[in-house]
Amino acid sequence: MYDVMIIGAGVSGAAAARELSRYKVNACVVEKAEDVCCGTSKANSGIVHAGYDAVAGSLMAKLNVEGNEMMGDLAKELDFPFQREGSLVVCLQEENRPGLQELYDRGVQNGVKDMRILERGEVLQMEPNISEEVVAALYAPTAGIVCPFGLNIAMAENAYTNGVEFKFNTEVKQIEKIDGGYRLVTDKGDFETKCVVNAAGVYADVFHNMVSGKKIHITPRRGDYQLLDKAAGTHVNRTVFALPNRKYGKGVLVTPTTHGNLLVGPTAIDVDNPEGTNTTAEGLRELTEKAGLNVKNLPMRQVITSFAGLRAHEDNHEFIIEELVDAPGFIDCAGMESPGLTSAPAVGKMVADILQQKMHFERNPDFNGTRKGILNPATLSIEERDELIKKHPAYGNIICRCEMISEGEILDAIHRPLGAKSLDGVKRRTRAGMGRCQSGFCAPRTMEILARELQVSMYDITKSGGDSNIVVGTNKDLL
Amino acid sequence: MKAYDIVIIGGGPAGLAAAVSARKNGIDSVLVLERDKELGGILNQCIHNGFGLHTFKEELTGPEYAARFIAQAKELHLEYKRNTMVMEISPEKVVTYMNRTEGMQQIQAKAVVLAMGCRERSRGALNIPGYRPAGIFSAGTAQRLVNMEGYMPGREVVILGSGDIGLIMARRMTLEGAKVKVVSELMPYSGGLKRNIVQCLDDYGIPLKLSHTVIDIRGKERLEGVTLAKVDEGGKPVPGTEEDYTCDTLLLSVGLIPENELSNGMGIEMNRVTSGPNVNESLETSIPGVFACGNVLHVHDLVDFVSEEATAAGKNAAEYVRQNSGAACGLDGREVLPQKAAIELEAVAGVRYTVPKTINVERMTDKLTVRFRVGAVYKNCYVSVYFDEERVIHKKRPVMAPGEMEDIRLDKAKLLEYPDLKKITIQIEEA
Repeated sequence: MYDVMIIGAGVSGAAAARELSRYKVNACVVEKAEDVCCGTSKANSGIVHAGYDAVAGSLMAKLNVEGNEMMGDLAKELDFPFQREGSLVVCLQEENRPGLQELYDRGVQNGVKDMRILERGEVLQMEPNISEEVVAALYAPTAGIVCPFGLNIAMAENAYTNGVEFKFNTEVKQIEKIDGGYRLVTDKGDFETKCVVNAAGVYADVFHNMVSGKKIHITPRRGDYQLLDKAAGTHVNRTVFALPNRKYGKGVLVTPTTHGNLLVGPTAIDVDNPEGTNTTAEGLRELTEKAGLNVKNLPMRQVITSFAGLRAHEDNHEFIIEELVDAPGFIDCAGMESPGLTSAPAVGKMVADILQQKMHFERNPDFNGTRKGILNPATLSIEERDELIKKHPAYGNIICRCEMISEGEILDAIHRPLGAKSLDGVKRRTRAGMGRCQSGFCAPRTMEILARELQVSMYDITKSGGDSNIVVGTNKDLL
Repeated sequence: MKAYDIVIIGGGPAGLAAAVSARKNGIDSVLVLERDKELGGILNQCIHNGFGLHTFKEELTGPEYAARFIAQAKELHLEYKRNTMVMEISPEKVVTYMNRTEGMQQIQAKAVVLAMGCRERSRGALNIPGYRPAGIFSAGTAQRLVNMEGYMPGREVVILGSGDIGLIMARRMTLEGAKVKVVSELMPYSGGLKRNIVQCLDDYGIPLKLSHTVIDIRGKERLEGVTLAKVDEGGKPVPGTEEDYTCDTLLLSVGLIPENELSNGMGIEMNRVTSGPNVNESLETSIPGVFACGNVLHVHDLVDFVSEEATAAGKNAAEYVRQNSGAACGLDGREVLPQKAAIELEAVAGVRYTVPKTINVERMTDKLTVRFRVGAVYKNCYVSVYFDEERVIHKKRPVMAPGEMEDIRLDKAKLLEYPDLKKITIQIEEA
């Protein structure tokens, strides 16, 4: 019997797993996908919010500010891309200025540091591509951007290295209360555990409702995004939010990413299907219309890809992180929509604290909280890089020409703890295939490397696990 | 730092022809840098025939065509490096490259020929909504999988875009045992060569739907189907015209984009229409001594014309090296010869662009080929060339289409008759 089983290897589940690995605990993460970071955690804005959005006194507000504060040290410990470049909320109409002040006041209440309301001139000096109509903006220097894959993968790898088990391609079908805990019925067999952490994203209500009489309801709220070429990556240097207004609602943000691209999004469209990550024509059109309101001359010709993610919107728009009163040992980690990514480090700690107080785990004396990420040779000097290639020639073999990713980085992605098994797995870890050609050139070569290193056939290589196989046979095999 | 007279970036058809030409024009110190494991570039995966009709007066496959140039390169003992990625070129022509055996290297070139080719436009650039399953390939990626590696990307295929690679792949997939259900083209005309429509679609009974596009992609893991719809003149889907197709594969042949990241890094002036550098009569970019040819300059239909253009670029690079190899000129990349103001070429009325963009009459060849593309289908129209206000060429063409590159020849002798000429205008005129 496990001490703890965590449902979901997204950012919340991984954060909880990593925090739990500080203790001597027999823990296991079950994930229905083939890899970590396959749901909401992989398709979002990648923003580390300052914390002025959430209602004062809410758990969301608390964990947002805490998570934001933790992110800097965590990025150093776990070596993932994070930049605290600040954010601006842009106000375009004088009559909406009170809205800006409201955000500022809420930020102060929530404990957000160093915010300032900037006037037009200062805003345009800071970000020359912001709309000429700008009258003022809320500047929050503590906001930042993070690689959402990097954060999620780093925490999962570190949890694994510290003893947490991970079961992929394992879908929980049913949860039964048993003596002293729960039985998780999965498509890969049954598992018994004393405690359950429900970090199942858009499915968190399903699992909650299996064990509790007090039902919750989660709506998948779709967000469409467009990613622009790196050539547009410095169009703005900070995250630019729209001030919500009556005419355009919440508006969309424009932000640089830690990879150097420009990201535009998201829409907010409630859908029924928790797998409905399809973009729609209306959604993409809305992005183009709204993004241009706050940022001028957006080079939308340089879009390299579009995608959609699903926020796990709980009816009360609040994080639910607690042990259920009518289901002892079952800890919800539900309603993890924005600022869920920002809050993740704090969410993980909160979940681990709840479990620790309940189970009184001993400290794990072997816990090592640091992890080295995949080496990015672009950060090296020419001499250092030369030396690296002399030592490991694979770093001299460029596979993804758009992002300049070498075979060395791909090998590292495959062979490290919880390594990549698919094209998307390689992509999220190294950026190979994430560039302007969208894997047109490198996909066949990355497939070859995966097949060789994992000792599987080319037919078994998938885009993202399951039935997402890329090649289906050999030439003329059906003739 | 090691130095070369001419460094050629890319060992595809353009790079090879430029290298051969540079050597034949007397330059010994030539280096070709190729990122792939073989010379020949994209020709290696073009196993269909139709190559070389102009250059060799016979019909060759892509690999055969490449082999002719590779043989010449070897005969001339041209130096080349494969599996070698150029990371950066400075405006002073310092080329930084890397490979497995040499690590990071920097070399100084007197002249550089850009011949990096192009890449395919991806789904993302088209904003096609829907899911993002496996089974969506650019036509060229599928071509590589099938022709070079022997793998079938799928069984039931829909092709979006009627560019030449898409048409060629419609036939290839059919020959390899797949069912190609339809080729859908957003524009009211095909983006490919007429001969490819006949030989690749008509001969196999594959329908071509003009003014149609993909408006939805279904399937969470592997592609399950797409929805096509007719589009109006503005390219917008017309409600009520949706048709669902079951398929496991969507091939995209929706345009090629010159790969000019290195050129941009050098600060070379670019052309918004071609996405390639602006060049003069010598195929020289805004940085003196840096030349461009082939698909990195503007996307071609026929490799024969790439070879022709690259041969000129190689010759011009050789000439540049000869003229600038005096001790005084150094390697600062600056032209020493005084230059007369160049004549501008202007593309108007149906002509989208011209290569070259400027002409220095003294430096031009006796007959200079000006290549261009038109923006729509023109039947029985005229290509007219104006020297300032005077019409000097007026040539009837039965059909001109965006998918087929056009050219006209300018006579040096004729140009010399106009010593004060400022502007040459090329345009399409109705009968």
